[in-house]
Amino acid sequence: MSEEIYGMVASFKDTPSLYHAAEKVRDAGFKYWDTYSSFPVHGMPEAQGQARSKVPIFTFIGGLTGLTLGTAMVWYMNAFDYPLIVGGYPFFSPVFPFPIMYELTILLAAFGTLGGMFIMNLLPQHYNSLFNCAKFLEVSDERLMIAIEAKDGQYNHEATKQFLESIGGFDIEEVKA
Amino acid sequence: MSSDTTNNSIDAGQQALLDKVAPATLEEQVLVTNNRDFSWVTNKICRIVESNAPNWWWVCMSVALVTASFTLMGLIWLVSTGVGVWGLANPINWGWAIVNFVFWIGIGHAGTLISAILCLLKQGWRTSINRAAEAMTIFAVVCAGIFPLFHVGRVWFAWWLFPLPNANLIWPQFRSPLEWDVFAVSTYGTVSVLFWYMGMIPDLGVLRDRAVQRLSAGVYEETSKLRESMARYADVFRKYFYGILAMGWRNAGNHWRNYEMAYLLLAGLSTPLVLSVHTIVSFDFAVAVLPGWHTTIFPPYFVAGAIFSGFGMVLTLMLPLRALYGLHDLITQRHIDNMCKICLGTGSIVGYAYIMEFFIAWYGANPYESFAFINRAFGQYSWAYYIMFSCNVFTPQLFWFKAVRENASLVWIMSILINVGMWFERFVITVTSLANDFLPSSWGYYSPTIVDIFTFAGTFGLFSTLFLMFLRFLPLMPIGEIKFVMPQADPHGHSDDGKESQ
Repeated sequence: MSEEIYGMVASFKDTPSLYHAAEKVRDAGFKYWDTYSSFPVHGMPEAQGQARSKVPIFTFIGGLTGLTLGTAMVWYMNAFDYPLIVGGYPFFSPVFPFPIMYELTILLAAFGTLGGMFIMNLLPQHYNSLFNCAKFLEVSDERLMIAIEAKDGQYNHEATKQFLESIGGFDIEEVKA
Repeated sequence: MSSDTTNNSIDAGQQALLDKVAPATLEEQVLVTNNRDFSWVTNKICRIVESNAPNWWWVCMSVALVTASFTLMGLIWLVSTGVGVWGLANPINWGWAIVNFVFWIGIGHAGTLISAILCLLKQGWRTSINRAAEAMTIFAVVCAGIFPLFHVGRVWFAWWLFPLPNANLIWPQFRSPLEWDVFAVSTYGTVSVLFWYMGMIPDLGVLRDRAVQRLSAGVYEETSKLRESMARYADVFRKYFYGILAMGWRNAGNHWRNYEMAYLLLAGLSTPLVLSVHTIVSFDFAVAVLPGWHTTIFPPYFVAGAIFSGFGMVLTLMLPLRALYGLHDLITQRHIDNMCKICLGTGSIVGYAYIMEFFIAWYGANPYESFAFINRAFGQYSWAYYIMFSCNVFTPQLFWFKAVRENASLVWIMSILINVGMWFERFVITVTSLANDFLPSSWGYYSPTIVDIFTFAGTFGLFSTLFLMFLRFLPLMPIGEIKFVMPQADPHGHSDDGKESQ
């Protein structure tokens, strides 16, 4: 196990070189790779060839659940299970419970969004091999990196190293799994 | 892009025209001044958390804790005796408790405005103040929540507010705006925490990585062995504390893609939320049929007032912090200018609402409504009305002047006056309408008791305690977001003078 390789990391000198290097890695046809920077880079998903994030699906499901729950709850509690006569109001109407429906829609949509972000990012994650690399920790400061994983079909120690060099990478090293 | 094409293909005729009109070059103001680099930003923000607490922090913390104990004493007194220890008496059954509740909830609104609405409007300047403003929101909601919670009298029955059946299997009834308020405020508090936490995940990752780096380097240069081992144990604590909170975040492009989408969605959800919260708070009053309360202007008027007071509080907090931590390159004069202008704008809306209320009271030709307003301005509470009017309407008008906006101490004093004024606004609205209701024989005059004063004064201590804890343990500013608005983060190139080169 100890000899297993996670992949190869390369650093880049500034944001434009990271961006253009990402385009080249994408065009070279790699599948299992990612860019690493301590801030979001504008337009990076396109440069990496990634589709639009799927988080909105989770938001929508959360919001819809909240709306349904809010409506059903008020109807069940005040009109079905224990109808209360209050000030001549109807037992149920879509109007007076609107604040409840509205707030629960937002509440569950927000939980859906946060949950969706975690699910799509496969977080929380207890262990990732990249953290074995001392240079990788510097990404939190100002280092910019690309990591290509060994499980990618195109991965080959020498060829990948040369490729990363050719696109402007330096401090290239292999990371153990 | 357009400047490229004009530069490349200028013919003689166009050049002559350009010379004639002498077009001004529009320079975008930089958000981080002095051309700082990424490392400087990371270090500046992380060192606030990583270095030893400065002496002023301990002083402030002690004062804050002592003040916060007032709230604790007030609440113990209340719970052990009964709500009668507050100054509430017929006909004024809503006194300081509701005033303080609305005051604190209102303070919170600026945080959400900065984090959500300014995010949707793509206002890059929000980045350096949004984290602290969001923290302020959450702590303000905590302070606000205390008052209605203890106003119910038997606080152990507060769970009746939630949609659970009581001992007689009766549910809460949802036709009351007070029940709407429960949902609005609890949703507001929860969503604010989620938004705040999600925005913090990348920065918690930064703090985690820095602690791990220091631990593996193992160099702790302190004056004594004890201090060295304390510094090492502090980093071990940080490694686990931030490691757990960061949830394995590793700054991947894929992480940022989903994170940015989620952030945008949360901003989109928080925007209607923040507008709804103070709207629903105003329904507590507006749905009642009491002169002075029963008006349709309340929702927008309350929301504007909330944002006004909230920005007042942001200024009150950020100006000293900027000076104490030397954050002048991150919170620039432009930030202060913008916040002052928002105070001016919302303050003017509030002033307009005060005048419009009077106009409608006269134009509506309802004698009770007219009386309520004449009584507000000239009755037994006119002193409160004048404090409110002068603080809220006249103070912000000074922000028209650049010299005022550039005088940090003056802005700070004015920000406090704004909050004094906004507290009195809620006092005037709540108390004047109740004290002089339809039946003159039942009129009364409301005065707070010592317990009211203790409980309220203590919440400032509670708020400060929470805020100081936040300063110590969590990143004050969103590091990733600040880097994002710096020219070095532009993937299409920049030159070293901090301007875009394309």
